[in-house]
Amino acid sequence: MKENNYDYSVVKGFAYSAVFWLIVGLVVGLWLAAEMFYPALNLTPWLAFGRLRVVHTNGLAFGFGFAGIFACSYYMLQRLTRTSLAFPGLARFHLYLFNVAIALAALSLFAGMNTSKEYAELEWPLDVVVVIMWVIFAVNVFATLIKRKEKQMYISLWYIIAMTVTVAVLYIVNNLEIPVNLFKSYSAYAGANDANVQWWYGHNAVGFVFTVPILAMFYYFYPKSTNLPIYSHRLSIISFWSLVFAYLWTGAHHLMLTPLPEWIQTVAIAFSIFLIAPSWGSVVNGYYTIRGRWDLMRTNYLTKFFIVGITFYGLQTVQGPTQGLRTLTAFFHYTDWVVGHVHMGTMGWVTMIISASLYYIIPKISGRELYSVRLANLHFWLIFIGQLVYTVTMWIAGIQQGAMWKATNPDGSLTYNFLETVTALYPYWYIRFVGGVIYFVGILVFTYNLIMTGRSGKESVPEPQPQTA
Amino acid sequence: MNIEAKPITFAILATVVILIGTIITLFIPMFLPSTQPVSDYIKPYTAIELEGRDIYIREGCNNCHTQTVRPLRTEVIRYGEYSKPEEFAYDRPFLWGSRRTGPDLNRVGGKYPDSWHYKHMNDPRSMFPKSNMPAYGWLAKRKLDTSYSFKKVSILGYGYSEDEVNRQIQEYRKKVTSPTYNAKAIRDQITPPELRNELTEMDAIVAYLQKLGRDVKMLKKKEAVKVAEAADRPGALKNPFEGKADAIKEGKEIFQNNCSACHGDDGKGGIGPDLTDNEWKYGSSDEAIFNSVAKGRPGGMPPWEGSLGKERIWKVIAYIRTLGKR
Repeated sequence: MKENNYDYSVVKGFAYSAVFWLIVGLVVGLWLAAEMFYPALNLTPWLAFGRLRVVHTNGLAFGFGFAGIFACSYYMLQRLTRTSLAFPGLARFHLYLFNVAIALAALSLFAGMNTSKEYAELEWPLDVVVVIMWVIFAVNVFATLIKRKEKQMYISLWYIIAMTVTVAVLYIVNNLEIPVNLFKSYSAYAGANDANVQWWYGHNAVGFVFTVPILAMFYYFYPKSTNLPIYSHRLSIISFWSLVFAYLWTGAHHLMLTPLPEWIQTVAIAFSIFLIAPSWGSVVNGYYTIRGRWDLMRTNYLTKFFIVGITFYGLQTVQGPTQGLRTLTAFFHYTDWVVGHVHMGTMGWVTMIISASLYYIIPKISGRELYSVRLANLHFWLIFIGQLVYTVTMWIAGIQQGAMWKATNPDGSLTYNFLETVTALYPYWYIRFVGGVIYFVGILVFTYNLIMTGRSGKESVPEPQPQTA
Repeated sequence: MNIEAKPITFAILATVVILIGTIITLFIPMFLPSTQPVSDYIKPYTAIELEGRDIYIREGCNNCHTQTVRPLRTEVIRYGEYSKPEEFAYDRPFLWGSRRTGPDLNRVGGKYPDSWHYKHMNDPRSMFPKSNMPAYGWLAKRKLDTSYSFKKVSILGYGYSEDEVNRQIQEYRKKVTSPTYNAKAIRDQITPPELRNELTEMDAIVAYLQKLGRDVKMLKKKEAVKVAEAADRPGALKNPFEGKADAIKEGKEIFQNNCSACHGDDGKGGIGPDLTDNEWKYGSSDEAIFNSVAKGRPGGMPPWEGSLGKERIWKVIAYIRTLGKR
């Protein structure tokens, strides 16, 4: 069978963009981690924690996360439909627009143009750019799906479709705002309603950016890398529909014990607990796929990334709903525990899977072998250990701070004033910084390995049989 | 029907599925009174407070400070009355936050005098050496831009006329530039001479911080007056720890952790009055001093009974008594 003239230039462009924004976002993250215990680093207004944290979250979620997602989506879309992109020129425009938009986003956030709504901080002109960019992406997704040569759509394509429609709804609804001028706007919603809209968005950004497209990658690149078929198609159907149904009900678990009407909080936590089932549907599918072939963990370097990634996904999806329960949220919310939770998901699951997917893609599209499997293994262990040091430290810090906030003397007065509960955390913040550095070194190894693969990797032997997907 | 072979049908079905939870938990509540209660006692921000709020947003203060006190015992002791939905009727966007690297601010209004905020915002470590808050002294070096103030309050529907907005701006400028302003010393110290007669961004953010929770506190105060009138007056209180060395030592530590930011390391005063001069504004008896500490006093002394408890307040007083004797 003839190769379908797949357009890989845009895949490659997004892959390297992802790595670039990953490094930028992590440097900012390290700076922030150091500011926590060394406030003199708040050197200028644009380096102050309040502005910088937003650059970190947006840079990594949108710069790194979306670039990785676009790279893998454009790749999977072509392979799984066995056709080239419907509009390759549009996709290339998407690539340029994306990088310009992320750069402008970073600059505007440094400048303090910021709506304050988490992960939706960009001011309205950039929101308009994001929406245009998303439409460009969606047009290519659906046009390519329509002209596909493979009748059945594989699981990964379902997840890409779900992401495409849901992110559009989320982004537009949460970013409705009334402009004051080019640089300032006010939310269309007030008070409790605004909070409800924001965390419906915030949590589903986790769902449809950090979960759904990452599962698309997992379901495609994991069987591809191991040469094993996914364990159960039926399980993936059930998981998919129950996941996309339940996610949208759960946002208010970020708002437990706030002035939001109590029934919304209760419904949110009920659906959050339910969400464990579909999440673990994918975890089980991942584990059962490799049953009897656990030796691949040793012999196939990519397997580790996928299995450890899906394991952290499993842990994440149990920890999340649990910490939302009223009793536990009363203790843990607003502490570093939640910071640890988020970073397990992003460092342990999202980055693991995106790294592995890019390790799979880059050699494939450049026709070269991976530059160094040893470096890939080193990268794996560094980001694995760095992430564990980071998250476990933050959990302990969260437990300590939660307990200190709650502690009372026999006469009912508070044992600690607020500052004492902050200074008690300094030791944890040093360790967290070290964890971050280890992780960052791992990412540098990853970057070097990818660049060297594209540049000087050995030419790979052409595959003997045609790819079916 | 094999929807896995029909991308458009699949996309439509997925959209319907995600909209169910969205409609029930998001769109329907938007039209329910419970998410948008309005109460007479909650007043909208003035033009200056709103400018301060916009600076709070610009600097991303919400990344470290929450603005919701949860209905939990220790949280109410630490911060005050728990937050009610009607308090946020004028908040676009809401600023409840998600992480308390710094304390909650929903009840900070009126807790400290303006001078506390100028000093703290300018250099947090001058008051709390181990604090990790960034310094925001540069806000005092920037003139407040009020050119959009009227447009802003109009968009937000606060109902002020343009004259009213200008009056608010001029009135607040008069207040902070007046020679009798109670934060004059520190304000002059951190504001460059050419801006001392103007409104700065620092003035606006202090105004905003002082608004947070103020309306709720006013309501509580009205209720409290009634209760206090009815309550019995106990016999004169005596400090059980007077002159006890252990208690004085502990009192000193408590003082350094909680009081010295305003009253100075040695009690010689700063934002709060000098405690070593044997001059007592509200009486020098144990009971009078206890009441000042426990219940707070107007003009910036916060009430400490909830967070410190009686015993530790008496220990601090035992320590303070040693200061005057030197």
